[in-house]
Amino acid sequence: MVDISRKGTSFNDIVKKIGFPTIFIGGFWILLLIAGGALGISIKTLISDTIKRAGMNGILVLAMVPSIQSGTGPNFALPVGIVCGLFATVLAIEFGFTGWAWLFVSIAFSIPLSVVVGYLYGKLLNAVKGSEMTIATYTGFSIVAAMCLAWLMIPFKSPNMGWFIGNGLRETIQLDVIGGDKILSNFLSFSLFGENGLITVGGEKGIIIPTGMLIIFFLCCFIVWIYFRSKSGIAISAGGINPKFAQSSGIDIDKCRIKANILSTIMGAIGIIVYSQGYGYTQLYTAPLMMAFPAVAAVLIGGASAQRAKVSHVIIGVIIYQGLFTTALPVANQLFEGMDLSEILRMVIQNGIILYALTQVKGGDN
Amino acid sequence: MSDNLLSLKHVSKEYSGNKVLKDINIELKKGEIHALIGENGAGKSTLMNILFGMSVIHTTGGYEGTIEIEGKETHIKSPHDAMDYGIGMVHQEFMLIPGFSIMENVKLNREITKPNLVSPIFGKRLETLNIEQMNEDTRKALDLLDMDIEEYVQVAGLPVGHMQFIEIAREIDKTGIKILVFDEPTAVLAESEAANLLKAMKKLAQKGIGILFISHRLDEIIDVADVVTVLRDGEHVATKKVKDTNKYEIAQLMVGRSITIDREEGTNRNIVDETILDIENLFVAMPGERVKGVDIKVKKGEIVGIGGLAGQGKLGIANGIMGIFPAKGEVKFKGKKSALNDPKSAIKSGLAFVSEDRKGVGLLLDESIESNIAFSAMQIYNEFLVNAGPVKLKDSKKIREHANKMIKELDIRCTSSMQRVGSLSGGNQQKVCVARALTLAPELLLVSEPTRGIDIGAKKLVLDLLKQLNNEGMTIIMTSSELAELRSICDRILIICEGKVEGVLPPDAPDAEFGLMMSGSGNGNMEGREA
Repeated sequence: MVDISRKGTSFNDIVKKIGFPTIFIGGFWILLLIAGGALGISIKTLISDTIKRAGMNGILVLAMVPSIQSGTGPNFALPVGIVCGLFATVLAIEFGFTGWAWLFVSIAFSIPLSVVVGYLYGKLLNAVKGSEMTIATYTGFSIVAAMCLAWLMIPFKSPNMGWFIGNGLRETIQLDVIGGDKILSNFLSFSLFGENGLITVGGEKGIIIPTGMLIIFFLCCFIVWIYFRSKSGIAISAGGINPKFAQSSGIDIDKCRIKANILSTIMGAIGIIVYSQGYGYTQLYTAPLMMAFPAVAAVLIGGASAQRAKVSHVIIGVIIYQGLFTTALPVANQLFEGMDLSEILRMVIQNGIILYALTQVKGGDN
Repeated sequence: MSDNLLSLKHVSKEYSGNKVLKDINIELKKGEIHALIGENGAGKSTLMNILFGMSVIHTTGGYEGTIEIEGKETHIKSPHDAMDYGIGMVHQEFMLIPGFSIMENVKLNREITKPNLVSPIFGKRLETLNIEQMNEDTRKALDLLDMDIEEYVQVAGLPVGHMQFIEIAREIDKTGIKILVFDEPTAVLAESEAANLLKAMKKLAQKGIGILFISHRLDEIIDVADVVTVLRDGEHVATKKVKDTNKYEIAQLMVGRSITIDREEGTNRNIVDETILDIENLFVAMPGERVKGVDIKVKKGEIVGIGGLAGQGKLGIANGIMGIFPAKGEVKFKGKKSALNDPKSAIKSGLAFVSEDRKGVGLLLDESIESNIAFSAMQIYNEFLVNAGPVKLKDSKKIREHANKMIKELDIRCTSSMQRVGSLSGGNQQKVCVARALTLAPELLLVSEPTRGIDIGAKKLVLDLLKQLNNEGMTIIMTSSELAELRSICDRILIICEGKVEGVLPPDAPDAEFGLMMSGSGNGNMEGREA
């Protein structure tokens, strides 16, 4: 009797510590992997794809941490940062940069741009305290719409990205032309458990590790992690958990919220550049419209709440979330031919987890 | 049968083993105004909750004793029951809909209707309103209260006094109303409005309604009530006819000396004749604790107590000085004018504050003891930081050393400095708050409600700690609703009433003087006693 009850509590403790959604969805992913293996789908390919997609999306998910910590909630206005990154990308292409130069110039352009835009966005959030998440969602939608006009009217002349007839930029810009396709992903990449041994450089089979992309992701994670151990980061966190406490210690909460949202916007901008190179294309117009939601869902699955988020939540969340969908697609296609079940599943899980997290918003207070 | 309208017999109530009401007996006769007086926490609201059958009472195990209405034992299980028995309540906060007319407010959910074409099919809810009848009823109620305002006027924009009367009109319009409870009805009214209200109460009593009048204003009670019952710490202290007693006696009964905490003078007290803090004409807009112009001078090395009833503004003073709520006025600290509404500069000038709202303002409950202790000093003075290139990172080692020192000095009972503050007991949480303030090395410490919500043993420890700090040279301003603890350590006690300093008393002044001042009647010349 005693033993059972003790076991019960310890199991509950583990669930509590990791979080029920994380365990549930993580378990579901592993189940799918096993099912995939049983159906004859290469697990190595599934894991390769998972790592690739996690690396591509990682920094976008990381952008959630500062905004959640500052108390403004998940950054549903991630498209604000994304369009900064996209603008920097096309600017770099317009100036004729290619290869590594293109990548670094894009990032260099995107940072000052996102600082300015993030500042204005932070100001906006301070004016609408209490309904940040709704305002953020619509800010994201609006900026994407406004940029649709901008992409059309921008007088850029580079043949690599213009329409063949008329003015404006193409919807999809191929990065291989400028040497940007998978430039980071292929950097120092190698494969594990390939045909020619444990580790093979440049091998096609096996689990492919996109080293360069992961380095950038973990570098960004480290920067955010270290920032939240600094004076300024601690002030932001305190302002997020308990604004009254922070205020009584002389902290300017509005300033902290602006700082956090600038950081989040920068992460969004760098995130989309890393995403684009991994994808091989830069997508303009309405492509960024819905990009905030998978990122929000990923960090929440990783164990964050709408008020607390850690870098570890980002890493766990992005792997489970992206893993689930790279795995679900081939498995579902095998099981239910002719039905787009995986997309339905994606929507259910993505929006379900956001809904779940938002219902918990007030539950955390004691 | 007695002519008692309402009698409470041996009513007791406990919340999870904690007795909050002990053997209360109250009898209310027809046409009588029965005043109920007591400090905060004396049990007035619990008593009213029982009378109105509020769900808090029933979900926590009900009450003991009996309630009789007109001689018959009754069980009031819900506010709706209370209404059926003819008990009405005039709330302190107005429960009126601003966009509705007076009549609509009075008749809300009790509308008089007449049948129309569709109502036989769709039921009573869709009947047409009988506006004339309702206007007439409202008029009657308003006339009874001597209100010459039109019943169709919108409530929004009316003066507060009028709103109070509309609340009363709504209660007396209910058919069969026998007992009316007025909960601090004059607290929000101007003097002339209050006088009108008291007149109206007398008039209602003459009509045969029994009135329970909760107030802390002694003058009003003497003026209007027939009988007064004094509660203190959940006990029924006395019931007296007003004509047989006086303000002084009531005040004394109200304050009493409930828990005596021994007062011992510090051995090496060092009060210098130098004003360290000079507050002039301070106004603070703290909701529920408004300060309306206070002047306080504090000498270096003193422990000054600020007392008074809840809602009178005593808590607003410290919050105003520290810039937590908007304030105006002049505050000079060590001869220098300090900026108001700026917590940072207040802390920098050498002030530190332990908030009354321990869980809300005082602590980050989910963080460790050490981060709580170090937080303010890190943010204000850049302590506990190491430079790592362009960024300043927290110095975990230094923080831990300091936290461990504080834990030892203040005797904080915890497993380690990493323990979550939220899992500590109230007294230990309070010590963490004090530790955070002390880490700022302040010259003057403002402490509000330092012993709220902590058990009696821990109370003594916290008070001893304050005394010890004072012995070491720190000037302390302590705000508390517990007179006993103010009297145990303070050099002098300021009583705040209605946002102003009502008076200053030495800690050994008689109970009655404290009581009178807290009730706003401390004119200092009561029966020849000079304060």
